[in-house]
Amino acid sequence: MSLGLLWSDKCFFLVLIVIVVLILNGLRSPPTRLAFMRIFSKPVSVASAIVLLFFLIIGVLDSIHFKPNSRSLLDNILSPIGDVYEKTYSSPLALTLYASEVLMVDGRVKLTHPRLNYVKPTLKNNAQKWMFIRQVLLDALWVSGLLVLGLGLLTIIFKICTRKFLIMSSSCKLGEISKDGTMPITEQLFAYAEMIKRCISKTLLTGLLTLFICLLLVIASYWLSRGLHLLGTGKIGQDIFYATVKSIRTGLMIGILTTLFMMPLALLLGIAAGYFGGIIDDVIQYIYTTLSSIPGVLLITASVLSMQTYIANHPEQFTTLEENADARLLALCFILGVTSWTSLCRLLRAEAMKLKEVDYVLAAKALGSGPFKIIFKHLLPNVMHIVVITFVLDFSFLVLAEAVLSYVGVGVSPLTISWGNMINAARLELAREPLVWWPMLAAFGFMFTFVLASNLLADAVEDAFNPRHHSSA
Amino acid sequence: MMHYLFRRLLYAIPILMGINILTFALFFMVNTPDDMARMQLGQKNVSPIAIEQWKVERGYNLPLFYNTETTGMQHFSQTLFFQKSFRLFIFDFGRSDAGRDISYDVSHRMWPSLAIAVPALILGMALNILFAMMMAFFRSTRLDLVGVMFCIMLMSISSMFYIIGGQYFFGKLLRLVPISGYDTGFNSIKFVLLPVLVAVIAGLGSGGRWYRTLFLEEMNLDYVRTARAKGLSEYSILLHHVLKNAMLPILTGIVVLIPSLFMGSLILESFFGVPGLGSYMIDAIQQQDFAIVRAMVFLGSVLYIIGLVLTDISYTFVDPRVKLA
Repeated sequence: MSLGLLWSDKCFFLVLIVIVVLILNGLRSPPTRLAFMRIFSKPVSVASAIVLLFFLIIGVLDSIHFKPNSRSLLDNILSPIGDVYEKTYSSPLALTLYASEVLMVDGRVKLTHPRLNYVKPTLKNNAQKWMFIRQVLLDALWVSGLLVLGLGLLTIIFKICTRKFLIMSSSCKLGEISKDGTMPITEQLFAYAEMIKRCISKTLLTGLLTLFICLLLVIASYWLSRGLHLLGTGKIGQDIFYATVKSIRTGLMIGILTTLFMMPLALLLGIAAGYFGGIIDDVIQYIYTTLSSIPGVLLITASVLSMQTYIANHPEQFTTLEENADARLLALCFILGVTSWTSLCRLLRAEAMKLKEVDYVLAAKALGSGPFKIIFKHLLPNVMHIVVITFVLDFSFLVLAEAVLSYVGVGVSPLTISWGNMINAARLELAREPLVWWPMLAAFGFMFTFVLASNLLADAVEDAFNPRHHSSA
Repeated sequence: MMHYLFRRLLYAIPILMGINILTFALFFMVNTPDDMARMQLGQKNVSPIAIEQWKVERGYNLPLFYNTETTGMQHFSQTLFFQKSFRLFIFDFGRSDAGRDISYDVSHRMWPSLAIAVPALILGMALNILFAMMMAFFRSTRLDLVGVMFCIMLMSISSMFYIIGGQYFFGKLLRLVPISGYDTGFNSIKFVLLPVLVAVIAGLGSGGRWYRTLFLEEMNLDYVRTARAKGLSEYSILLHHVLKNAMLPILTGIVVLIPSLFMGSLILESFFGVPGLGSYMIDAIQQQDFAIVRAMVFLGSVLYIIGLVLTDISYTFVDPRVKLA
């Protein structure tokens, strides 16, 4: 088994590395550090960042593919639930199929619910199943509780060590201990308690609580999925939990890779148009006005349709089904990027036009800097806040758009597991009697959590990076 | 004013040309008509004769830009570009790949689209404004925070959930309205109710939040302080001064959309089985009918550009300071 990254994996890791480098680089400048501190001083954004981090980790695990049959690391961790198939629907945590069947039991014809193949043999009846679930939940509670408690203690100790000076001088009382040592023991304890209390902020507590919940859910669902179909099975008996977890990667890819294709175009053309002006400005303006005049969905549709025809007519370039699906995912990101760079480009052009006349740019020009040096050293860092805000705001929109596009038939390949495809497949199940609700609800639930977290974080990021907000606040 | 309009319309021509060339490139140059034929007739085992016949039937057998087999102007007019793309300019959409007259279909299908889109737009705007004003009135209190959170929650739900949930709840459980379908005349009202409701709720999150920021921006301005100093109540400031001034960005944001209402909503119409232009588009995509998609892209762009011009004109009506020259 050797590493065999797909093209989308490589692009994904490339973008992640670029983002990390940009963040680390940005942290060196005080204003960016301030903005980050402003973001993470809010409990809501800390919580949503942690949730997103979990999604990101799952997405990264799912993006490390291995050679022979391009299984990902996540597949290996979750196996065998990706490969076991039941006959058809079964409800979440069920022991038997959802529909009853006529079977021969002990030589007699009986109408029963057949038992599922995957379910652990030791779970014979419902009572044992609930015992198993209770045991798993308790274990998960213990493990995640201890982990989070340990982490919380470590954070507090770390904080005390690094900030000891500040706290000592501000609380004064501890300073007196070292002077004469006559302070009563109770007061000393109070002083220490006071010190610890200062280290525990609302933000820290929210962060730890979120971490606890996320860990609990991850551990419990993993353990439960060893014995049962956690979220039931779908029409062809596929495990719904596996499908929803695998969809995370698709959502992340769409949100992140689209930006990869969008940013260079928007940055390059937007800044060039704003800085150079004249005929370059006219041409670039014409291009983006034309592109933005076509309603977004229609342009995406038209591009995806012609791309689909291309892939269908050139089967020799895409040897395996995985590569085919992967090519479609990448192409979709590319198309989404090409169709959505116009608004960012317009913003950047306006900003570059404004910055062109700013004193430090004029000074650089007077000192003989060339246009490219000015663009890279002076303009680019000063329009980054627009880029960051656009990135976080577009992200959730793109994840939601994937579902709609998949429904229309111009989204990811039907072979790719995605929330859009899941919803699309589950659409008709609501009309069934009895109702099959879990595939739909699982997809919507995961998508909602993911998008809500990114929306909340986006809100905080926008607040922190938008210079207009501070002045009014 | 007339001068400005004339110039704007003149400026629209190169843009439409660009769109035309772009769609042409997408549909005829990335993939040749042979590819399309093969896609339509099934990928494998297609005889070249069948492909040729398919192309002749739909007029795809012409060269791209220049026809060497004809004389005079026909060098240019007997080409794919002229026949299939250039004719869109005179709104001659031709026939779909399945052989139907696109113009006829469009003129019939736009009414159901309008029947849903217009009430959805008006009701949605009213509700958004009301909601946003409430949040602005209680700004920086708990209520405002809850409102904003509520908006973000609403925004985070996929629009498909609203549709499916609405169909399930109102259609299947409560049996108040039919789940999907359409009828002619006034009978269509019961089919229109649910899509309109879904569209309004789906837009409430982002709309309410966006309008709230507009209101709050206005409330930081000097004239509001003056009004407060005069002793006006917060309520009448919001209703008489802030609302009026915030209507400028709100209206202009909406005027752009008005012409595009004809196009309807893709998924809404398809889920509710409304025979509008949105579902027309979806059907065309699913049947890979490129002629319809091409026509709709062009039509959509024209409507959008009209919307932009209308926006500029509406500025002059709402804000007398704006002069178009």
